[in-house]
Amino acid sequence: MIEFRQVTKRYDSDHTALRQVNFHLDRGELAFLTGHSGAGKSTLLKLLMVMERPSAGEVVVGGQVLNRLPRRQIPYIRRHIGVVFQNHQLLFDRTVFDNVAMPLEVMGASPRDMGRRVRAALDKVGLLSKEKMNPLQLSGGEQQRVGIARAVVNKPPLLLADEPTGNLDPKLSADIMNLFAQFSQVGVTVLIASHDLALINEMGRRTLTLDHGNLIAGGSPLQGGSSGR
Amino acid sequence: MAADPSSRSRKPDPARGAKVSRSPWREQAESYFMHHRKVARDSAGRLWRTPVASLMTWAVMGVALALPVALLLLLTSLQGVSAGWESSARVTAYMDLDASLETTRKLASEIESDGRVAELELVDRDRALAEFRASSGLDDALDYLEENPLPHTLLITPEENARSADGVAALVTFIEGMDSVERVQVDLGWLQRLNAMTELLARAVWALAILLAVAVVLVIGNTVRLSIESRRDEILVAKLVGGTDGFVRRPFLYTGAWFGLGGGVVAWILLQLSLWWLSGPVERLAGLYRSDFSLSGLSIDGALALIIAAMLLGWLGAWVAVKRHLSDIEPGEIAGG
Repeated sequence: MIEFRQVTKRYDSDHTALRQVNFHLDRGELAFLTGHSGAGKSTLLKLLMVMERPSAGEVVVGGQVLNRLPRRQIPYIRRHIGVVFQNHQLLFDRTVFDNVAMPLEVMGASPRDMGRRVRAALDKVGLLSKEKMNPLQLSGGEQQRVGIARAVVNKPPLLLADEPTGNLDPKLSADIMNLFAQFSQVGVTVLIASHDLALINEMGRRTLTLDHGNLIAGGSPLQGGSSGR
Repeated sequence: MAADPSSRSRKPDPARGAKVSRSPWREQAESYFMHHRKVARDSAGRLWRTPVASLMTWAVMGVALALPVALLLLLTSLQGVSAGWESSARVTAYMDLDASLETTRKLASEIESDGRVAELELVDRDRALAEFRASSGLDDALDYLEENPLPHTLLITPEENARSADGVAALVTFIEGMDSVERVQVDLGWLQRLNAMTELLARAVWALAILLAVAVVLVIGNTVRLSIESRRDEILVAKLVGGTDGFVRRPFLYTGAWFGLGGGVVAWILLQLSLWWLSGPVERLAGLYRSDFSLSGLSIDGALALIIAAMLLGWLGAWVAVKRHLSDIEPGEIAGG
């Protein structure tokens, strides 16, 4: 589903965010991405979202090499990638329903289809009863779950999360992680950037570890272990 | 593409697969137009919710549009005047001083029988002198003259179909060729001057119109730029979830068009008001000149054209703003360190 081939990202001459990173994630795989802050986690995610282009090497998503993707095609790639942010990136000028509906609206889904799929996504994260509320009225954990519902509403084959549990207490964090695990079980590839090591260890999944732009662990599926330790 | 049907269908979705009877193309087109309607309504609603700001923009646009349109209307009215005068051009034939009244009468009936002449008035020299005495105030001076210096005069109004420039010229040549006719005069000089002047004025008005149109585009551009700034988050999210440039642009282009619509309506109202305000004095003035000159307002077609042009200008202004500022908002900065 995702493949990095010798990917290097250099911002300027003295700042190299990623150095010759190689790894491969299969369909339905759930992996963590960890490392100290500034290790290159965000850069890696941005490369997947085509917010940045690699300086060298190739980023492949769903068989498509992103390097050579023309600018006009970027939106169509993003429609197949769900993203969850630490700060949710919800819009407070509209309801929960409308927030979750955005990816569908962008694709030009019919209203009938939209209503059904938004409610399915909200049901999945347990917020079906709050569809008419403004996200501001929700708690931090609920807001995060709205963000997740938005990320999965168009059933993307790839789900990325950047510190999705950053502001949440352990109980809520575990709930969110279980949600991600469920998505991976139905075939969605999930990559979660996090430095919550306790939580990562608890989950016992493959963990990609970055250190100063180098991938020092988790590069091949055998490392890091795929089932609980 | 990253679409993967197998991974999609594995997600539980009870309603999936039902009612796929309609063709996807039609569905696509329908939801496309539905989205246009929604965006159009949304952006109109946004303007409505900030009535003062919107009204200000509409007023600026209205004034900027009303000014050149008013001048164009005035110009059209002036051209109407000159056309009217041209059609009522009169030919004046002065007889030789020694031509008798008898000869003149005979000539007059001869000219009157010509097909190109609609009307003929004979002004004999005594009446001409009396009129001149009355209107010139040179009463005393005229008393010193030993004899009447004025000739008999024929005032000839050409027939409708002979009122073209060529027709009048031919008539003049015909009358000039007759015996005892001293001189034939058609006073179109001032008309030509008026025409030249209106032509110059027209150019000036068009130049002004273009300048003001540019100003309108810039004003709308700036207003839309502010609206882009205030909707930064929304643009970021739309781009993140795969909104195309067209999708992101759409609400702002509609905003521009709505500004244009309001501006066009304000301009029309301003025009109607000033027409109503000016029509009285203009009528009086025209009356003094014995002219049937009147200010013409905008026809329904004209008003519609004004409003459509205003909408296009608003749209164009929005386009300029969107072109300049939308690419600045890229989701690169969104993911934290």
